[in-house]
Amino acid sequence: MDALNFVLNGQKVSYEGSANDRLLDVLRDEYDCKSVKCGCKEGECGACSVLIDGVLYNSCCVAMGAIADRSVVTMEGFRETERFAVLDKAFAEMSAVQCGFCIPGMVLAAEALLSANPHPDEEQIREGLSGNLCRCTGYNAIVKAVGNAAKEGNGLW
Amino acid sequence: MEKISQSVVKKDHSPKMGGRSVYVADYNTAKNGDGILTGKILHSKVARARIRGVEVPTLPDGYYYVDAKDIPGDNNVNIVLDDMPVYCRDTVEYIGEAIGMVVGPDSKKVDRILSEIKVNYEELEPVLDLRTAKEAFFNYEYGHGDMDKAFAEADHVYEEEFETGYQEQTYLETQGMMAEPEEGGSMYVHGSMQCIYYVHGAVKRVLNCEPEGVHIFQDVTGGGFGGKEAFPSILATEVAVAAKKANAPVRCVFDRREDMEYTSKRHPSICRIRAAVKDGKVTALDCDVTFNAGAYSTLSAVVLQRGIIAAPGVYNVPNIHVTGRALKTNTSPCGAYRGFGAPQTFFAIEMMMDHIAQDLGVESLAFKEAHLAKQNDPTSTCGKYHFPVPVQDMINEVDKVCDYRKKKAEYSKPQTGRYRRGIGMSMIFHGAGFTGSGERDIIKAVTRLHKYADGRVEILASNGEIGQGVRTTFCKIVANELNLPLEKVFYDHPDTARVPDSGPTVASRSLMTVGELLRRASIKLREIWKDGEEQEVEERYRQPDFMIPFSLEKFEGDAYPTYAWAVNAIEVEVDTLTGVTKVLGAYGNFDVGTPMDYNIVMGQMEGGFLQGIGYSSIEKMDYDDKGRIRNNSFSDYLIPTTKDVPNMQCMLHVEKFPDGPYGAKGAGELPLVGVPGAYLEAVEQALGGCKKHKLNHVPFTAEDTLKELMKEAE
Ligand code: FES
Ligand code: FES
Repeated sequence: MDALNFVLNGQKVSYEGSANDRLLDVLRDEYDCKSVKCGCKEGECGACSVLIDGVLYNSCCVAMGAIADRSVVTMEGFRETERFAVLDKAFAEMSAVQCGFCIPGMVLAAEALLSANPHPDEEQIREGLSGNLCRCTGYNAIVKAVGNAAKEGNGLW
Repeated sequence: MEKISQSVVKKDHSPKMGGRSVYVADYNTAKNGDGILTGKILHSKVARARIRGVEVPTLPDGYYYVDAKDIPGDNNVNIVLDDMPVYCRDTVEYIGEAIGMVVGPDSKKVDRILSEIKVNYEELEPVLDLRTAKEAFFNYEYGHGDMDKAFAEADHVYEEEFETGYQEQTYLETQGMMAEPEEGGSMYVHGSMQCIYYVHGAVKRVLNCEPEGVHIFQDVTGGGFGGKEAFPSILATEVAVAAKKANAPVRCVFDRREDMEYTSKRHPSICRIRAAVKDGKVTALDCDVTFNAGAYSTLSAVVLQRGIIAAPGVYNVPNIHVTGRALKTNTSPCGAYRGFGAPQTFFAIEMMMDHIAQDLGVESLAFKEAHLAKQNDPTSTCGKYHFPVPVQDMINEVDKVCDYRKKKAEYSKPQTGRYRRGIGMSMIFHGAGFTGSGERDIIKAVTRLHKYADGRVEILASNGEIGQGVRTTFCKIVANELNLPLEKVFYDHPDTARVPDSGPTVASRSLMTVGELLRRASIKLREIWKDGEEQEVEERYRQPDFMIPFSLEKFEGDAYPTYAWAVNAIEVEVDTLTGVTKVLGAYGNFDVGTPMDYNIVMGQMEGGFLQGIGYSSIEKMDYDDKGRIRNNSFSDYLIPTTKDVPNMQCMLHVEKFPDGPYGAKGAGELPLVGVPGAYLEAVEQALGGCKKHKLNHVPFTAEDTLKELMKEAE
């Protein structure tokens, strides 16, 4: 069987396992991307969110076959970016992180949103993050943080 | 804003934000370098049965089947009573009960072995209906005044029944635990948990070893809300026994369906209230509270105590009689969940007061206001409200923000369109800390501060960070008292091998009770501070002198030293075509004393408030006629998303508690407790009020609304 090539956080990698394997499991177990969390494995919570060619996906619902030759970004890669630094500061200022379990997915959802719409209003932010469950915060602080990041990072997205 | 309230960057912000925090599922290798075995539980598939036998296929090398026979000590999980087994005894009592565990290196193989195991059940008739269940784990009764006289003299007597359903904590990180045998024979257990010393006590007993023979560490924990108070003791004993047998590290992480179906949740309840009214005032309340405890008693005693103490609400009624029981059914044991028995009873009393007012033809808020308890009034248990009761001011503040009184009057006019509006208000307290003398007699909290030669100070306590910010707020208190920069004070995740027992992370007690010990310890350290030296101080719990001793036999005295208060208003719009209720505005006014960090407290309030709205409206979970919980995934058990309540406004009212650090009181549970009353009052008003539609249960879903509207059509 041919190895499956894809780009993970900017690095070319090739995966030897089955094309049916779940991206979530492979990222965690083979590539040590432990920021990608499993909250349900059924596509309902967003804790496992990753970016595939810049688009937000629940990695628990993606088979390895589907990412051949595509680019996958997890928090391990995203945290090295300037955009992350802006979101990081905004989340810190709002104390928007509580237990933290939803956060890597939530932040990638924010990145996907801001990439598509650099100046979202509150309703658009709520829409953009609506696939990511957070049980701790009640969302207000997160929504405000993303709004603040959009303002602060003017031009970055 | 006071200096201590000013927000800082949380100590755990950075690792969590960047996805670097290590939760229990994230370890690649065990501490001793070996591979980690996966453990998966063999759950009972029937609600009640005698186990005739378990047929385990021949296991490949390196795989184990673990059950009660492998327990070196006592097959009891140390919680309150001795009834919850680690692995089942000769019967199973609920669907999901652990019969055994399969352990091995490859999780897919473990799954296959599990599916090949045959359990031979001799099925017995399960008890599933709370209304006909007979076996009571706990039965309580208290009261004061002359009930007979009050009811004999009443102008009106009202009687009603209220019901609440399950609520699942749905922390985003499911339950997970890992046990690692250490050199020298001790057992290291770590994972997702709120209470390291509860787990310590449980594992020690099951492994039958000395206190030094086990040590427990709290990993980064992805939410708890009460769900990781007692259940981790169960899971920890199960993995510890497995690790002992395999003599290798074993980790068990629940999948979402397992977690939703089989772990502890909020007790479903039935509350009946009889009220006597004379001259427009409630003169007597007779409250009868029934909680569905599930198959084992676990924490039901203490949950029920808190629930029945709150039964008469925030009102001063001269004659009170309260009875309460936790009944056994063959279902998953219920346990702790934010609010701990009080959301159920506050819901009942708030609806009752509203319904009485509507029947008397008086404005519901004014009616409640006329009954509010004030400072120095007796509590339900003949204790005393020692400190000012700010509820009236808090009501006025909410009114100002959302125009409550005006909207209430406007929405009470007949509405006929497709969309109809309503607004409701509830007022509640949350007794801060353990009920009764628990802090003094059972917990006896101890904390230490360790100063290093380089001037850094480490906090030694057993309270776990579960998102509520305790790693930050504890440090703020100590830094403030010692006048140190915040970076110099640190508080790591607790390990029983290093920290004293400052009690569990429950009951909204950490900051108020342990925070105050830390403040006092800091003063001690300040007084003996010597630069360049390593120093340590210790501080122990002292009960405030003003408290009227509480008797649990009589339910008499101060159940709590002080109370946190909340007033909530919720405004809704009901779509009479679809039954869907939209929350137009949710306003929460919370008194938690001085906030130890404004953002952190607001985060707690907003998070809890939204959980309360979920509990009231969409979070429906039930079991079928076999005792199986069907709502076991996020598609069958809905929790609020970013879009459900865009307009949620929380505010803080500060009534300081002199015995809390800088005036702080317990905060974590408060924001959830009062929501159901406010929510359902609003929906009921939108539907035309209680004379047309008397609503009396939560969650109240879109389906429930349609059912009500159907009655109208008939
Ligand atoms: S783990 Fe993928 S959506 Fe929940
Ligand atoms: S911070 Fe805990 S789930 Fe979002």
